[in-house]
Amino acid sequence: MKAMLLKRALQLITVVWGVGTLTFILMRSLPGDMAYRIAASRYGQDNVDSNAAALVREELKLDQSPLAAYFHWLTDLLQFKLGDSLVSGLPVRDAVEHMLGHSLVLALAGLMVSVVIAVPFGLLSAWRGNPFDAIIMSLSSVIRAMPVFVLGVLFILLFALHWNWFPVAGFGTPAHLVLPAVTLALSLAAVSNRVVRDSAKRTFAAAFYQFSKVKGLSNWQTFRQHGVRNIAVPVVAFFGIQLVSMIEGIVMIESLFSWPGIGHGLAHAIFARDIPVIQGAALVMGVLFVLLNTLVDVICLWIDPRGAKTL
Amino acid sequence: MKTFFQPLRRVTQLLLLSAVVSTNVAVAQPTQTNTLSVSAAFEFTSLDPSKNGFVYSRMQILETLVDVDENGLLLPALAKNWQVSDDAKTWTFELRGNVHFHDGSLMDADAVVNSLTIAQSKHGALKKAPIDSIRAEGSNKVKITLSSPYTLLGAVLANYANGILSPDAYGKDGDVLALSATGPYQLYQFSPPHKLVVEKFEDYWGKKASIPYASYLTGHRAESRVLQARSGQADIVFGLAPASLPSLKRLPNLDIHSNPIPRTIVLKLNSGHPFMKDVNARKALSLAINRQGIAKGILRVPGSEADQLLPASMSNWHLANVTSKTEAEAGTPESLLASLGWKKNSNGMLERDGEQFHLTIITYADRPELTTVATAIQAQWQAIGIDTKVEVTNSSAIPMGHQDGSLEVALIARNYGFIADPLGVMLSDFGSNGGGDWGAMNWNNKALSADLMALEETSDPATYKNIAQRSAQIIFDERPMIPVSSYVQQTSVNKRVKGFHFDPFERSYFLNDMEFVK
Repeated sequence: MKAMLLKRALQLITVVWGVGTLTFILMRSLPGDMAYRIAASRYGQDNVDSNAAALVREELKLDQSPLAAYFHWLTDLLQFKLGDSLVSGLPVRDAVEHMLGHSLVLALAGLMVSVVIAVPFGLLSAWRGNPFDAIIMSLSSVIRAMPVFVLGVLFILLFALHWNWFPVAGFGTPAHLVLPAVTLALSLAAVSNRVVRDSAKRTFAAAFYQFSKVKGLSNWQTFRQHGVRNIAVPVVAFFGIQLVSMIEGIVMIESLFSWPGIGHGLAHAIFARDIPVIQGAALVMGVLFVLLNTLVDVICLWIDPRGAKTL
Repeated sequence: MKTFFQPLRRVTQLLLLSAVVSTNVAVAQPTQTNTLSVSAAFEFTSLDPSKNGFVYSRMQILETLVDVDENGLLLPALAKNWQVSDDAKTWTFELRGNVHFHDGSLMDADAVVNSLTIAQSKHGALKKAPIDSIRAEGSNKVKITLSSPYTLLGAVLANYANGILSPDAYGKDGDVLALSATGPYQLYQFSPPHKLVVEKFEDYWGKKASIPYASYLTGHRAESRVLQARSGQADIVFGLAPASLPSLKRLPNLDIHSNPIPRTIVLKLNSGHPFMKDVNARKALSLAINRQGIAKGILRVPGSEADQLLPASMSNWHLANVTSKTEAEAGTPESLLASLGWKKNSNGMLERDGEQFHLTIITYADRPELTTVATAIQAQWQAIGIDTKVEVTNSSAIPMGHQDGSLEVALIARNYGFIADPLGVMLSDFGSNGGGDWGAMNWNNKALSADLMALEETSDPATYKNIAQRSAQIIFDERPMIPVSSYVQQTSVNKRVKGFHFDPFERSYFLNDMEFVK
């Protein structure tokens, strides 16, 4: 365990340096003039002109060599300074905190609801077999095949317009979270219920499981003592992967529900060539990925200590 | 049993307590019933008026020395009156008394001079004005001395970038740290880039607001703004897609307002390009555009087609005798291009000296209608044999393409009311030799430049109109820019709100004139 955590700490440092350097190189090599892009985002489409671009270029010293800019960034990073946004002038730390906070809330809420949906349905599918299994599997295929924003619009039409239960878009109250979280949860559960089902099916069919029944344990006792742990390992690992990919991948939902998350914020920062925000967001996300992966590994290890040797 | 109930009781007590606390707090917090919610498309990222001041001026946090009415005439605001010297080079503004900033301090001449001096050092119209000095005269007068007469000064001071903030609102280097301004609403919550909440300011000098709170939410997608209007989540929704209007008009809880604004969809042409050098080529390009079709079929606002840059409401700059047929008298697009030596090849495309007529239109996605209009024009130009390509990029590509000379044609939405007097935009678009970043390109007309310069110094209304009309005629005849359609702002207002009215210069939402219907 100690060795694993040490390995992960080293990984963290490499990720921070690698992600930062890569975003720096990628952003610098994008076509178009940075000063003009930043000026357009700062002053808006009605007020961007070559004077504004010249002002931005001078103020941000965009003429300095890329190498000098890189070392400037690296020394700032070593002092844990993320810098200020080139567009708003506000600290990157605040912007990332605001965006990532909202993304995490949405991702965790979505994941929790998806667990509540996926686990019972997956277990029931494995337990009951056909025709229940076939119905649930086709339903999840249909939901999975639908683009997530179609699902979102359907929910808005039903729950926000027809019944007026929840707000259409925005943030700030728990009610605002419901529709985006449920939309996200359904699209996630449509995949994860299959993982639960497959894992449960494999366990139910295993020799040790049959044996525990033969030796006289009830269905519930067998499930609790021999089923849960065995089913849980691949399922927990999969939920971990889902959470990680979700934090960056929910741009459509954020945009549809006007949710100020990091996916949406990052897309805008890229349009604006707001390099400190892009780097800050990418860094924090890189760190988060390593931490979440470590957490998932620790949980899996706790559920199934046999894996310790391979880690 | 006892051990089971004890924690339960504690939880119940806690819940009750938090319910009591939250109801007490609720009185002083924005809720749906005491908040007017506005939804519009534009994001904000900074507190600085020179960057996002348009949002703060619309939400009535920020005010300027001078205001403008719906016809662009100057009105007193923080300055209660002003005098212009005979040589038109000295403007003296007398400030309104007893005006409080949101931080409680009183506005005086020093505060105004401080704000204007900082605004002058930043990007904006004030920087371009020929200002020699801005000085305080006593506590309630501000004197601005110019190096040359400049009739635009009033309209420039009315621009959001020149809003007046408390001296304490600025940090070093003129950074804006707090939005302590003078409007009827003050900043309550600032969550860039999406949400802004303002609270009624009790010490406002003018008409005090009746609605306690107002919120501004950026809704990026036109579809989700429409849904917010339908569900009643947003009281006022700006920038509705015209396609959604018929269904919205049927809803009993909404009023729909359609207001023309001085913004025009225009093609910016590189008049130095070998294919567009000749005025007849530019006329042919203009004649090949089916403006009525675009207005009706794409923008869904029949009648919004435009032959001139400025709308009829700006009568100084609008030619009354020009109709859609005026230009057609010159010939058809085909005949005009044939007279320049262009012939159709076997593929039906135009060719001259073995070279094909090829053009690239660039446009930007900030305004979704621009991309569809660009593709419509692409089809209409293809139909007369011009091989046309459309590239969707960032708005900054237009000034950049102008400067490096790479731009051929750009489709833009130009706001002629950005400075309340259109002369401001006309000067930057046509004033200097060769045009401007968002105006004419590689096109010199000495008569027009001289006329526009003369207007800067003209205060007599009749002379002003004469010269402005002459300028508009030159632009119409020479076609360095080709207008396509004018804008109509579509707004939905929920019936629970009364007192809504629209500012064509989009400087204010007039929140303090609105009330909730009881």
